[in-house]
Amino acid sequence: MTTEEKVDYSHIPPAVGCSNDGEPIIQVRNIRKWYQVNKALPFIGKIDWLKAVDDVSFDVIPGKTIGLVGESGCGKTTTAKMVLGLEEPSTDGEVPVGQIYFQGQDVKTLTSAGKKEMRRSVQAVFQDPWSSLNPRMRVSTIIAEPLEINTTMTKQERDTRAGDLLTEVGLNQYQGNLYPHEFSGGQRQRIGIARALALNPKLIVLDEPVSALDVSIRAQIMNLLVDLQDEHNLAYILIAHNLATVRYMCHVTAVMYLGVVQEYGDTEAIFANPTHLYTNALISAALPSHPDIKRDEIVLPGEVVSPVNPPPGDVFMSRTPLEVRKNHKYTKERPPLKEIGKDHYVVETPWSTVTGHDLSEFHLSVDEAM
Amino acid sequence: MVKKAASKTTKKPTGKTNIETDGFGPSTVRDEVVLEVKNLQTNFTTKWGTVKACDGISYSVKRGETLGIVGESGSGKSVTALSIMRLIQSPPGAIVGGEVILNGRDILQISERQMTSVRGGEISMILQDPMQALNPVFDINDQVGEAIGIHQKVKGKTRWEKVVDALRKVRIPAPETRAKDYPHQLSGGMRQRVVGAIGISSNPDVIIADEPTTSLDVTIQAAYLRLLKQIQSETGAAIIFITHDFGIVAKMCDRVAVMYAGRIVEMADVREIFNNPLHEYTKALISSVPKLEEKSGRLPQIDGQPPLLYDLPPGDSFAPRSPLKFDEKDALIRPELIEAQPNHFVQLSRCSVKDFDKYKEKVSYG
Repeated sequence: MTTEEKVDYSHIPPAVGCSNDGEPIIQVRNIRKWYQVNKALPFIGKIDWLKAVDDVSFDVIPGKTIGLVGESGCGKTTTAKMVLGLEEPSTDGEVPVGQIYFQGQDVKTLTSAGKKEMRRSVQAVFQDPWSSLNPRMRVSTIIAEPLEINTTMTKQERDTRAGDLLTEVGLNQYQGNLYPHEFSGGQRQRIGIARALALNPKLIVLDEPVSALDVSIRAQIMNLLVDLQDEHNLAYILIAHNLATVRYMCHVTAVMYLGVVQEYGDTEAIFANPTHLYTNALISAALPSHPDIKRDEIVLPGEVVSPVNPPPGDVFMSRTPLEVRKNHKYTKERPPLKEIGKDHYVVETPWSTVTGHDLSEFHLSVDEAM
Repeated sequence: MVKKAASKTTKKPTGKTNIETDGFGPSTVRDEVVLEVKNLQTNFTTKWGTVKACDGISYSVKRGETLGIVGESGSGKSVTALSIMRLIQSPPGAIVGGEVILNGRDILQISERQMTSVRGGEISMILQDPMQALNPVFDINDQVGEAIGIHQKVKGKTRWEKVVDALRKVRIPAPETRAKDYPHQLSGGMRQRVVGAIGISSNPDVIIADEPTTSLDVTIQAAYLRLLKQIQSETGAAIIFITHDFGIVAKMCDRVAVMYAGRIVEMADVREIFNNPLHEYTKALISSVPKLEEKSGRLPQIDGQPPLLYDLPPGDSFAPRSPLKFDEKDALIRPELIEAQPNHFVQLSRCSVKDFDKYKEKVSYG
């Protein structure tokens, strides 16, 4: 199924924080997804763009998990959809056109056989196990469906494989004859994982895989995912808004705000020294694991702004509690990610990082924060 | 510009015990029981048999106190809350026993007409999903004003002023303009604040918050939780906070009751629960959550699934999932809720409490 030849990565453009080491499966370079929200009048009108994802780059390496974190509307799901091929990256605008590379090859130039291989290798597990399984299909049919489409296996081989997969995710073989409604949430999520594993993928996109589950079941599913990763050397893209989950599961983390990666790097490097104000705000808002843990809460003024026509410069400008210097170059130009430590990159402007500030400075009361 | 913290909350200093209990400063708990639930039982009749969704629940809440009710879906935490509000749909449901004493009288005994003024007046509920709790075809003024009109018997301009006031209380900016908006014009956090405004508009003594923040983003959630605490310190309301997240409990609650399969398995002060959990289920719930503060090793997990309520094990319903070793006959004994230590209650069973022998003389089956 897979070619074991050495993949050539030399032609892939460099990106901040990404090297071609570790034989990445997917490399994302400067991708954007802009949606046009209105039609411009001829000559005088201005097109409004909703910039869901704007200039995002990262590498996905076998055996590693990359976490995309941020609030709703920050573009993390759109990014994952582009990796899955469910959305096409945009090609308009002034920034160079972005690319997604699958094993060193631009996905736009893939042959139909190559595309097929990519679709086999990149699978997804969705958030809601109640709506992501067809209620009219038996579980074994659900799990074997990708095999029916992508392989030449016979019915019997497919059923055997489905049975093996059920065992692998901790269910019983006989449960393949049941329908999805006969399972609890955690069991359904296991079925979703079995379906994703059916084609021996290299990468699984996990879109909030545990947030719809009961707390006592979450640990089961997270442990299962970690075990499967070790066993099959799988790569994961984990979309989450719970930072504790990210710290537990992810090797690399990208904190996104308004379609732009604000802080990127090794998960432990980021949690040891969170530098961007937004990362700090997210951490400070996270719930404590013990009543004696007290965090100074950083409340950013306002709420998430609309991604329609974001400012040309730093998108975080409108949320920072610090003073934004007028005429600073980053009010007009998008600031780049800058290396501030080993495997730790951050968008650095005078108003977006906590460097040189005491965290208590940012502690606002609710009244002011509104 | 750097803004400094400035607390604008007015705190009533009377009768407060000054122990720091949560992430929001000094405790607001006052020594006056406002709601007492005694042996509350609610059954549902289903085609599989009678389901005891709420099987002898007892707890009390003091003025200014926050009681957390923690449990998985199907553990009966919401049914208990709905039973207190007398909002159980009948049939299939029915409150078959117990008392709910609010401000000195049993509200299970009063007429439906009287209950209408209690519900939303003395006791109110903040629902989980603001998109479902708000009617999309009425503006905010109509929806907040409905509750105010019923309970405070005001109309016209006075009602409008009270609506604006309620919206101001939940810190909605520009409340005069916002009151004319429709739900879809507000963000998720703002909508949840409106639901909160309906809940607090008549200054209730007890607010039941049924997972009000599950659909919100972390930063919005933090702001909303703080808002609830501020309202509590302003009005002295007791809050019953239903959640499945021990993080919210750690941040918000003074006391916790852990529910499993329709019964309370453990109840104690929040620090006691975190520092010295006795029941295996409580222990597992606390330890199976990854920590933000440090890189966790492999998570301890609770094996198995929550039990089906129409097919409960005869004795200790947690026994099939318990990691402890026990005899099969121990699992058949229906455990009792006892006070193991002062103000620390646990459902004592050899199957799910490791220190069973320490407390065994307190139960008949010890």
